[in-house]
Amino acid sequence: MKYAFWPGCVSKGACPELYQSMIKTSAKLGIELEELYDGNCTGAGVISEHEPELADALNARNFALAQKMGLSLINICSTCQGVQSLVQEKLDRDEAHRAKINAQLAEEGLEYTPGLVIKNFLWVLAEDFGLDKLRQQVVRPLTGLRCGPFYGCYILRPSRILGMAEHPERDHYLEQIIEAVGAEPVDYEGKNKCCGFPILTNNRTNSLKQAGGHIAEAKDEGADCLVTPCPLCHLNLDAQQPSAAQVIERELGVPILHLPQLIGLAIGIEPAELRMDRHVVGTQKVLDKVLAKVGA
Amino acid sequence: MQVNLKVRRFDPAGDGDARYQSYSVDMPENATVLDALIQVREYVDGSLSLRCSCRSAICGSCAMRVNHRARLACKTKVTEVAEREGDEIVVEPMGNMPVIKDLVTDMEVHWSKVRQITPWLQPTGPEPEREYLVSNEAMLDLSHTMNCIMCGACVSDCTVLEVDTKFIGPAALAKAYRFGGDPRESRDPAAHVQKDRLQYLSDVPGGIWDCTRCNMCVEVCPKDVRPMDRIMQLREMAGEAGVKGSIGYRHGGAFANSVRRLGRLDEARLLPDSVGFWNVPRLLSEVPGALRLLRAGKLPWSHAMPWHKPIPGIKHVRRIVDQVRKERKASSS
Repeated sequence: MKYAFWPGCVSKGACPELYQSMIKTSAKLGIELEELYDGNCTGAGVISEHEPELADALNARNFALAQKMGLSLINICSTCQGVQSLVQEKLDRDEAHRAKINAQLAEEGLEYTPGLVIKNFLWVLAEDFGLDKLRQQVVRPLTGLRCGPFYGCYILRPSRILGMAEHPERDHYLEQIIEAVGAEPVDYEGKNKCCGFPILTNNRTNSLKQAGGHIAEAKDEGADCLVTPCPLCHLNLDAQQPSAAQVIERELGVPILHLPQLIGLAIGIEPAELRMDRHVVGTQKVLDKVLAKVGA
Repeated sequence: MQVNLKVRRFDPAGDGDARYQSYSVDMPENATVLDALIQVREYVDGSLSLRCSCRSAICGSCAMRVNHRARLACKTKVTEVAEREGDEIVVEPMGNMPVIKDLVTDMEVHWSKVRQITPWLQPTGPEPEREYLVSNEAMLDLSHTMNCIMCGACVSDCTVLEVDTKFIGPAALAKAYRFGGDPRESRDPAAHVQKDRLQYLSDVPGGIWDCTRCNMCVEVCPKDVRPMDRIMQLREMAGEAGVKGSIGYRHGGAFANSVRRLGRLDEARLLPDSVGFWNVPRLLSEVPGALRLLRAGKLPWSHAMPWHKPIPGIKHVRRIVDQVRKERKASSS
């Protein structure tokens, strides 16, 4: 199992623990990653607001780089997934547009041709790797850990471009994975909603009300932690959590895990290797619950 | 088939609390949620209130939440919902607006926002002798938005309206595009019509830059209006019309410039570039957050340093950015 790996800007920037935990976890699972070192930012949906053609060209460049490797593309960011799926749908549907965009790539000797498979780590785990195989690799079942899923908008919506017709369970994979690693999924309304990160710069109060509201709701439902496949959600839910707590005037203190960290813990990787220490909201509460069981 | 409904009930004359009531009715296989609700009202419990009219997904009266998602009850087959989401169908009134009784909401919130955006065309200059001619291309672009039946589903599930009642919201902003994006609206720079519209939508609290791009409205709209996409079109139009003073607009520019410079996002510079280096109060307010990131080893300060290397193929990224911008400029002039 080998993929062209697009880590996204945030895992190489403000969430270095995501990159490191992905490298460790995928290696232990036996998923081989060939990193797209020369890939460029997807634009996170921001560039496409102002300059849609530019976002299309930049993403087509990444697609073509992956195709040059002859591999499917894996990402570890719900936002990257959403942008990549949206651009891919546009390029695949409109031949004339594709030709125009490909003309921008020609000088670099690149060309995008329809047919590239692009999957977030979440989808790869459930569809390519398989939950049964994941269960077999669990050596440290996360029994007793109550974990709330937090998807991130762009891996769920718009569903028409995210393969939901072909894979109708995609909006339940996080719960399935939480169960597969022995933890208990916590249901709460905010799991499918917006973390608020896209408006953090423009309207900080609204953004933090959104983040804080979802964390508080999950906490009220008894969640020990949340898990997300999106580092942008992680930034608002973890790094901004103390500010969000102030805005909604509530104590929060809910650790937010990246998906590869949750898997990594269950398949026996040491917390230090997963950089569980690089969180704003300390993860010790989670580790105490998980490690105590096996006396580690 | 037996259809099991769990309906949220609220009686303003009662104790002020909402409660859920379960009903089970025998319905044909092709029944809609609205058919089942009408069956309840007519034969089981005459006190149930709901709003409906055409029963054909045209009038937009019967928008309500079915299994926690806004939909037209008349367009939602019970079998489809039950198959995918379980036997018991939860029916609730729309969100983000006050409930009058049971499934009937007060939609004034929605209408007031539609009135707020000047929902009509503003042509200037002499009237043409015959009808205004509009190109097919322009009308096709607007046709999405013209499909809106004002049902309020997008308003109900908007994630920004949940935290901020000032947000103009998806339906009204889509309507603003329907008029602002229409070639019959005056584009005469001297008349300031288009620019004023965009300036207002950009500056007003709850305007176009407050949308969080969550796609919820795109997902729940029963008419494929894709309101969020229209808000993005308004943002693009604002830039083109020279409405560039907002943090939202500058954020987009800062983002693209960062990609042009490094090939990747420069997180450390994004905030000052977006809010402005001179915006000291705002930057100071971010200091505690930055210190938290620093303490956790998460502040990518090295990205902002001159020695931070761009991606290997940066010259290609820069060429693409410049070339696309050049072509865009040529096609708009």
